[in-house]
Amino acid sequence: MKDESKGAPRTVPIQSATFSNPTNAEIRRAAATGIYDIRGGGSKRKLPHFDDLLFLGASISRYPLEGYREKCDTKVVLGTRFAKKPIELDIPVTIAGMSFGALSGPAKEALGRGASMAGTSTTTGDGGMTEEERGHSSKLVYQVLPSRYGMNPDDLRRCDAIEVVVGQGAKPGGGGMLLGQKISDRVAEMRNLPKGIDQRSACRHPDWTGPDDLEIKIMELREITAWEKPIYVKIGGTRPYFDTMLAIKAGADVVVLDGMQGGTAATQDVFIEHVGQPIIACIGEAVRALQDMDLHREVQLIVSGGIRGGADVAKALAMGADAVAIGTAAMIALGDNDPRWEPEYNALGTTAGAYDDWHEGRDPAGITTQDPELMKRFDPIAGGRHLNNFLKVMTLEAQTIARACGHNHLHNLEPEDLVSLTMEAAAMTKIPLAGTNWYPGKPGTTY
Amino acid sequence: METFDLEAQGLRNLNAALQSQTKETNQTAWEIVNAKGSHAIAVGLDAPIEVTVRGSTGYYCGGMNKQATIHVKGSAGPGVAENMMSGTVIIDGDASQYAGATANGGTLVIKGNASSRCGISMKGVDIIVHGNVGHMSAFMGQSGNLVVCGDAGDALGDSLYEARLFVRGKVKSLGADCIEKEMRPEHLEILKDLLERGESDAKPEEFKRYGSARKLYNFDIDNAY
Repeated sequence: MKDESKGAPRTVPIQSATFSNPTNAEIRRAAATGIYDIRGGGSKRKLPHFDDLLFLGASISRYPLEGYREKCDTKVVLGTRFAKKPIELDIPVTIAGMSFGALSGPAKEALGRGASMAGTSTTTGDGGMTEEERGHSSKLVYQVLPSRYGMNPDDLRRCDAIEVVVGQGAKPGGGGMLLGQKISDRVAEMRNLPKGIDQRSACRHPDWTGPDDLEIKIMELREITAWEKPIYVKIGGTRPYFDTMLAIKAGADVVVLDGMQGGTAATQDVFIEHVGQPIIACIGEAVRALQDMDLHREVQLIVSGGIRGGADVAKALAMGADAVAIGTAAMIALGDNDPRWEPEYNALGTTAGAYDDWHEGRDPAGITTQDPELMKRFDPIAGGRHLNNFLKVMTLEAQTIARACGHNHLHNLEPEDLVSLTMEAAAMTKIPLAGTNWYPGKPGTTY
Repeated sequence: METFDLEAQGLRNLNAALQSQTKETNQTAWEIVNAKGSHAIAVGLDAPIEVTVRGSTGYYCGGMNKQATIHVKGSAGPGVAENMMSGTVIIDGDASQYAGATANGGTLVIKGNASSRCGISMKGVDIIVHGNVGHMSAFMGQSGNLVVCGDAGDALGDSLYEARLFVRGKVKSLGADCIEKEMRPEHLEILKDLLERGESDAKPEEFKRYGSARKLYNFDIDNAY
């Protein structure tokens, strides 16, 4: 009998969008090990982001500035509300808090060098202040974190601003863990814990529990530092309207708002990908809180979480931020995930661009490690130069856009300069959908 | 003796005056009157001076102290001697929550009771409490000593690192990874010294010692709740 089906077209294999290969691989990994995945970085999934916004540029109704010649100022002053000594930055791009422990000493030094060359600030992290970063950072923000590892009044007095960290975008409501393999003698000594053990960073502060307490805590910090230092309050992008309002009520000079694309040294993947909100959904709400309290621009807003270039800077500022902070982008500028180390990434079971097991301390680029041999690969002077170059490019790009929109200061960028490319972005930002004067939820409209 | 009327002269002037003292100062004795529960009294000091506070204090009295001896002739609000580096803080009455939180050094003496989370995340301080301590005391305690002459509340020493805990009375419950440990002669010596510094007449032999089982030191999924 003749086989009729022989040579006939066949149904092609179709991968499930729900049970994709990466999803199935994670199920198999979990089934084999019984432990959740821990990694560094921020959310990797595609989220509504600054790419979903566009600038309109000048037209008959807007007058542009000459692209290279006319002045477009970039300075920003932070801490003008209560601090006797606000800090002035040449550019509105700052370096976010990253800990010594998660990063090597030379990497922290490079961040200080690059930021100082560019005229901006860098920030300590969980683990205290190192001499490398203080010595190489012309403006250093000292974080007050729940763990208080390395916290001491001398460093509090020699910083340029204080940042009380309530949450971060990668893991709002979560603490942290620096695994034992990165706890060298020096890291252990700074944190007052035995070498080689996992170091838990608590999820909430040990000596205050709510906004009324926070107000008193901030007052204490001001009293210890003679009311000189600007005090920032950093929040994760969860309830940005209320958290911004509460931070301001508690006495913050500056609110730092971090979206879920913002990185962490290490936490559970499920936390990174499923808790928090994209930064573009948060900025407008924080600005609304500032405006409702009549304190927009008097209390400054720094936003972070996935800032990659000058366009992102300009968009964040147009939405009402005073400055941005970068973490992941700064690390990439230093050399993190560089393809030059591809064979070594492959040996670790990954590839350049995807390496995120920073907590294991085996970073081929020598940045997120305490291994003396790997650390030697990283040159803090070259790293600082690269970071400075990157910050310069970001600023030039943002200026280019601002001039095209007719602004002589980056802070003059405004929401009216933007349109949304997607319904989601329009709904989240209240910036009208391109080609319309409408966004979902606009008062007086229906759809 | 310098007498400072807090109500009349204000907190900023008080702390500025105390913070400006150096180790060579002749103004070694200070008395603060009309404290009236104010917050952040005598914070950030860094000189070997003696400060006596008449009355009770609000939050964070003696916060981040270095070198100074601060004696509160009353009770203290939350976070007394938080993050102290050195020196001595003595409370004649009771202390509220988070007494000695994250303190790195020095001695904190509480002659009454201490509320919850006494010695939370302590990093080297010695705390002597004549009365009882509330729940979650010495939570994540890293190093130093907590002496409780009375009873301890629930979850004592939860997630403890290397801090030593000595309790004379009952412990309502121990927190995760906190266990009773053998009281060896060297611990009795340490405790004798702590009790003397804390002006307590309790006998070291009356105490039990608690510490970390060290089972949470490296992440193990079977220890997760």
